[in-house]
Amino acid sequence: MAEKELMYGNHALVEGVIHAGCRFFAGYPITPQNEIPEYMSIRMNEIGGVFLQTESELSAINMLFGAGSTGARAMTSSSSPGISLMQEGLSYIAGADVPVLVVNVVRGGPGLGNIAPAQSDYYQSTKSGGHGDYHTIVLAPNCAQEMFEFPRLAFELAEKYRNPALILADGLLGQMMEPVEIKGEPVNPKKLPEQDWWLTGCKGRERRIIRSYDLRPGKLEEWNWRRWEKYQKIIKNEQRFEQISCDDAEIIIVAYGTSARVSEAGLRLAREKGIKVGLLRPITLWPFPADIIAELSRKIENFLVVEMSLGQMIDDVKLTIEGRAKVHFIGHPGGGLPNPQEVFNKILEIRGKK
Amino acid sequence: MKMIFGRPLGLTEIKQRYCPGCGHGIVHRIIGELLVEMNIREKAIGIAPVGCSVFADEYFNCDMIQVPHGRAPAVATGIKRVRPECFVFAYQGDGDLAAIGTAETVHSAARNENITIIFINNAIYGMTGGQLAPTTLPGMRSTTSVKGRDVVKQGYPIKVCELLNALDGPYYLERVAVDTPKNIIKTKKAIKTAFQYQLDNKGFSLIEVLSMCPTGWGVTPVQAKKWIAEVMAKYYPIGEFRNRAKETK
Repeated sequence: MAEKELMYGNHALVEGVIHAGCRFFAGYPITPQNEIPEYMSIRMNEIGGVFLQTESELSAINMLFGAGSTGARAMTSSSSPGISLMQEGLSYIAGADVPVLVVNVVRGGPGLGNIAPAQSDYYQSTKSGGHGDYHTIVLAPNCAQEMFEFPRLAFELAEKYRNPALILADGLLGQMMEPVEIKGEPVNPKKLPEQDWWLTGCKGRERRIIRSYDLRPGKLEEWNWRRWEKYQKIIKNEQRFEQISCDDAEIIIVAYGTSARVSEAGLRLAREKGIKVGLLRPITLWPFPADIIAELSRKIENFLVVEMSLGQMIDDVKLTIEGRAKVHFIGHPGGGLPNPQEVFNKILEIRGKK
Repeated sequence: MKMIFGRPLGLTEIKQRYCPGCGHGIVHRIIGELLVEMNIREKAIGIAPVGCSVFADEYFNCDMIQVPHGRAPAVATGIKRVRPECFVFAYQGDGDLAAIGTAETVHSAARNENITIIFINNAIYGMTGGQLAPTTLPGMRSTTSVKGRDVVKQGYPIKVCELLNALDGPYYLERVAVDTPKNIIKTKKAIKTAFQYQLDNKGFSLIEVLSMCPTGWGVTPVQAKKWIAEVMAKYYPIGEFRNRAKETK
């Protein structure tokens, strides 16, 4: 087994990005993700990559649009208000089918909100945050190891489907120190196979155009339907999740990221008392792991959704379950955190209701 | 029969949608010619903005990308930084460059990004139907200033070359016009100089082109050309504002 290193989640993410062959970062400072650009500026300088501190998040996302259009693995990181500013650019990027990576270290909102960990950008991340019909592939890490591993997965999925990808973290995951195993061979960005859409100059070939518009009658509708087909493939092939103690469970918790960490501790408290609780942790938030939840809802009566928001993912859980089971909820908006005892108490309450 | 004048290879055969008397076609031709004459067409990546020249991605015969309103300098930066071997030019109008994209313009100039921006200043929003632009002259009529631009209520125009000339960053800034054959030749010379500076890794160039918009101005093409000489060029003086190649000699 490879050696493990104790790392901050944010630093693990930077190492993961570089390990994935990304040599282009553009971003604007915002708390609570500043460790990412700070550490990135040092690392990119060491390895001859590009680090750009931009005048705004609008500029950063559009730099990604440019870099990504030439086939480079390009990323930005920001936090909620900054990600809001990027939505126009993300819509163009999704509309032009360009792979890029955006990291959102979510903080409490709306507005300026606060800098505490939150999960209140779920809607924005998974339901076309900008204008038009589109989806972003969304990965939700819940530990430093996944902060290291998910950038590579995100780039691979983004390139496979020519679609922007997003990693949804929070300040707690970023600032927690955990052991990280540096897995796999690093990607050599110079060896990424050239694709037939990259802008590289038209020497020896037909010129290429990257754009998101088509004014010809009916053509944009056709284009959107082709993208819908791509989305169907992603939904079919890329649902990722982790199951903990689901096999014999009577109650299933659905939670991602930090909420899943807390929920797992609540689950242990319940198991100590002999209460059979399971945890289904979505790893991809889009595509949402609907198939497994639908399957579980055919034999389990009670689901508990735990989110650091007023309740956003719970909509997808309910849509998936289609009334076959009861869906309970613990929510903490505005940067509030759930705690294991609270989860345990809720489980007792749900059990009492039976 | 020998062809003595034709479409340059730097332009596609797609019919351009510009209005009669519009200056875009002239500047497009200049760029199309230079892409071939300077042997850069095959390594060029051009950036089309939002505005009348949104369809520039169809007209320039090289790799092209169409980008969000005002963000062309940011996209150009992303491309050039990861593909410095490519030739990167952005083509933008006044609403795009001097209103919604002011920050991107100023900061790419301040960074002295090694890119070339062709800035078409026609003092009006053409694509959306003739509204007030950041470059609309005091007293000039538009569909959102029907009695003429009132500087008390609507403020003053932005002189882009003068504004950018306050920065240390940019390498080359020049304002030209395409109202007369003589000025068209000067425009081509300025754009060629700007292109060459990028090839020589000198950094940021911006060529501001005073350009006719007879439709937006509500005049004939001939009147539009006269108006550039008699009014517009008085407010926006033509000339070289910055050329660091000359400073260092």
